[in-house]
Amino acid sequence: MTLRPGTLSQRSARGTTGGVGESTGRPDGTLKVTGEFAYSSDLWHEDMLWGHTLRSPHPHAEILGIDVAAALALPGVHAVLTHHDLPAATHYGLEFSDQPVLARDVVRYQGEAVAVVAADHPETARRAAAAIAVAYRELPVVHDETSATAPGAPLLHPDRTDHHAADSPHPNVVHRQPVRHGDVAAARARAEVVVRGTYQVGMQDQAFLGPESGLAVPAEDGGIDLYIATQWLHVDQKQIAPVLGLPAEKVRLTLSGVGGAFGAREDLSMQAHACLLALRTGRPVKMVYNREESFFGHVHRHPARLSYEHGALRDGTLLYVTCRIVLDGGAYASSSPAVVGNAASLGLGPYDIPNADIEALALYTNNPPCGAMRGFGAVQACFAYEAQMDKLAAALDMDPVTLRQHNAMRQGTVMPTGQPVDSPAPVAALLAAVAARPLPPPRRWENATGTADVRELPGGLSNTTHGEGVVRGVGYAVGIKNVGFSEGFDDYSTARVRLEVVAGEPVAVVHTAAAEVGQGGVTVQAQIARTELGVTRVTLLPADTTVGSAGSTSASRQTYMTGGAVKHTCEAVREQVLDRARERFGAAAARLEAGKVVAADGEVIATLADVLGDGAIELEREFRHRPTRPFHPRTGQGHGHVQYSFCAHRAVVEVDTELGLVKVIELAAAQDVGKALNPLSVAGQIHGGSAQGLGLAVLEEIVVGPDGRVRNPSFTDYLIPTILDVPSMPLDILELADEHAPYGLRGVGEAPTLSATPAIVAAVRQATGLDLVRVPVRPEHLTGTA
Amino acid sequence: MRVTCTVNGRPCVADNVWEGESLLYVLRERLGLPGSKNACEQGECGSCTIRMDGDLVCACLVAAGQAEGADLRTVEGLAGEDGALAPVQRAFLDAGAVQCGFCTPGLLMATEELLERVPEPSDADIREALSGNLCRCTGYEHIMDAVRLAAARRTAVEGRPA
Ligand code: FES
Ligand code: FES
Repeated sequence: MTLRPGTLSQRSARGTTGGVGESTGRPDGTLKVTGEFAYSSDLWHEDMLWGHTLRSPHPHAEILGIDVAAALALPGVHAVLTHHDLPAATHYGLEFSDQPVLARDVVRYQGEAVAVVAADHPETARRAAAAIAVAYRELPVVHDETSATAPGAPLLHPDRTDHHAADSPHPNVVHRQPVRHGDVAAARARAEVVVRGTYQVGMQDQAFLGPESGLAVPAEDGGIDLYIATQWLHVDQKQIAPVLGLPAEKVRLTLSGVGGAFGAREDLSMQAHACLLALRTGRPVKMVYNREESFFGHVHRHPARLSYEHGALRDGTLLYVTCRIVLDGGAYASSSPAVVGNAASLGLGPYDIPNADIEALALYTNNPPCGAMRGFGAVQACFAYEAQMDKLAAALDMDPVTLRQHNAMRQGTVMPTGQPVDSPAPVAALLAAVAARPLPPPRRWENATGTADVRELPGGLSNTTHGEGVVRGVGYAVGIKNVGFSEGFDDYSTARVRLEVVAGEPVAVVHTAAAEVGQGGVTVQAQIARTELGVTRVTLLPADTTVGSAGSTSASRQTYMTGGAVKHTCEAVREQVLDRARERFGAAAARLEAGKVVAADGEVIATLADVLGDGAIELEREFRHRPTRPFHPRTGQGHGHVQYSFCAHRAVVEVDTELGLVKVIELAAAQDVGKALNPLSVAGQIHGGSAQGLGLAVLEEIVVGPDGRVRNPSFTDYLIPTILDVPSMPLDILELADEHAPYGLRGVGEAPTLSATPAIVAAVRQATGLDLVRVPVRPEHLTGTA
Repeated sequence: MRVTCTVNGRPCVADNVWEGESLLYVLRERLGLPGSKNACEQGECGSCTIRMDGDLVCACLVAAGQAEGADLRTVEGLAGEDGALAPVQRAFLDAGAVQCGFCTPGLLMATEELLERVPEPSDADIREALSGNLCRCTGYEHIMDAVRLAAARRTAVEGRPA
């Protein structure tokens, strides 16, 4: 059996049915459980070569010379490319083109791509890369705010020309966003209780399971066909074409099966490299990163240092907040400017606070580049402001849930950016829902006979405790995340819909460029088409660049945006069908139902086959959300966001205080989703997001030394939660419609990642009485040996 | 070298296998069976889990030569000849346990093995048995549901074990 690229991965539904609001199955589900679904690492071509990347071992170094002769001389090697071989643009990037395709005279982080190789076997390609001789001279490393902004600090990008350069307080600051709201000085004078804290968030990795991979196939017209796992086909195309020196229409991308994304596939990884090798060799080239390379090959969540001060009255009413959020952006900008905007504008949390002084900034350093990850700047802030809320509750001797509810934002609350919240914001209700759940029975490892099942205890099968030294705690948190692209970005999605009759049966054919990364966008697109067009059969064409952009599968936006585009286009198709029906069968035609045109009273007027007999109807439409505006560079004022989503968590943990081991025994969540288009998928998103938040709380961190080197680029040492680490996660799902959104829906994917982390840490604090200010919480923090 | 084995009941031969290749590479790239996935190639994630002479193994940790003469079963062999899904496959779909699906083949193999061994597993049994299979998308809750559902359906069909 051989695979042909792009043919299997999105082959359509076998018999899924159901419209909006139903828990219908995934159209790609059968392919996924039989092993037939073609992920980008599964692609195969008759005479393909394997690509491999040579990466810098140094976080900061000058390149004195590169000698590829030994690599080229190896049998089976077909091409070795360095920066000398780039045909056109030498840099790319999401917001600024500051990242070299292949490093030229300097490397700025460990793992930066220096050369690429194509060979007839992956091992030959690896050996050839190892045979390339690169002479480096190491340079001093910038690794935190102090070293990055000290007088005489090495400048990462001394010749910056980006649009944030002028407003940056230092050339090593990618972007800074202040937000000034009310009168903090006056509020501080009135405050009866003040709490301060400084918090730290480690570098988390998206750690999707499907490695970066793809297949580039040179085409007869001199162009290239790239089969790729990505989050946004068109933004890849926009960055790759200038590098190849080709017009965009000759760089055709087709989405291949994506094994998770979580933000890490927003930036290019191997896309341009594979295309360059394919064009050079005239052969298809496949590249698949191994796990170590994956850790170096994509951006991570920004580590952060956050300082907060909250002032309140004795009754708990919050008067003001000041905060400073410093994000480490690493060597290249990626999406750091937008992450800064989010951290600044969402930095107070879902609370009504009349006065605030906020500053968020991202640094250029020689650490690994950071960019998009689920929660995007809101995660870091949530850890800090929720810790502050608990601290304030303790200072006031108030119940932490009551304090949060007392200050909870609601519809109409004005954000610190001056923007009123104009749709439901049930923050207090979400907290009430998790708080109302019965607690798991105490000490559940003690069964009827008094013996312990060690699997239920902290430490589990390693049999480290039988209950002695184990304490329990309960913690709460709630967060706010924006949905969709903000700050004036022209955010849109495109859908093409054809309604036709095949063998007497009406079929809707839906074509978008929206990346299905596992979240279930394909499922809801089919549900929407069935609902709007009254058909059972929906065929989804593979996502590719022959249809207009769908924007990114990120920012919880794809159901809103591409779902909105499909809805909008289906409505236009429906209008044409009804017009045609009225011309032919009279004025009563009112809607489409079960393959028929029916009147308002339900009377059947014609079948779709009758109406579409003369030909299919096909339309393409773009869908935009309400426009947003940039934040003012000095005051942060502006209607920057489209929609917010909210999630609350209650965590119950048990901690072995002797060994510092934490077991989360329950993680309950409550989220408002506006309208659950597919309840089962919504639950799956909340579970998955909560588990990633659990990971950040107690397990996950890319450890980068002060020398800029990564200590743990493997699944042996970077720990993501297993099924033993993730507990039962009961859910309450609210559906309070947002009248501005399609079907009233609210983006779901990110909000649960925010509040899971602080809820778990709050529970650990309650169990241990320790003042934990850093995530992930490690055993040494709990045993006092840090 | 040449490797001869049985995969999903069919005799298979792979020629020109380099000694350093893993069984996972041979399955995926030489025998055209990419259902077993390659998420770490270090034995840490379980995406490449297959049955080798009945035992669960990480195919990425098995040297190709070790598979000589072995009886292998991969995700491609779970469904019936007629394409009818096995109960575990059906249960994963019905419970919403598949998102990106990259972990799914390995989880299906591990679940199948668990249910053969322990037809009515407790939650702790399930968590222990599947702890070698990472899933980054689902948070595992629907995977727990899927395994419970598959167990219930299997015992309903096969009758309660004596
Ligand atoms: S790929 Fe074999 S265990 Fe991860
Ligand atoms: S469904 Fe994506 S890794 Fe499990």
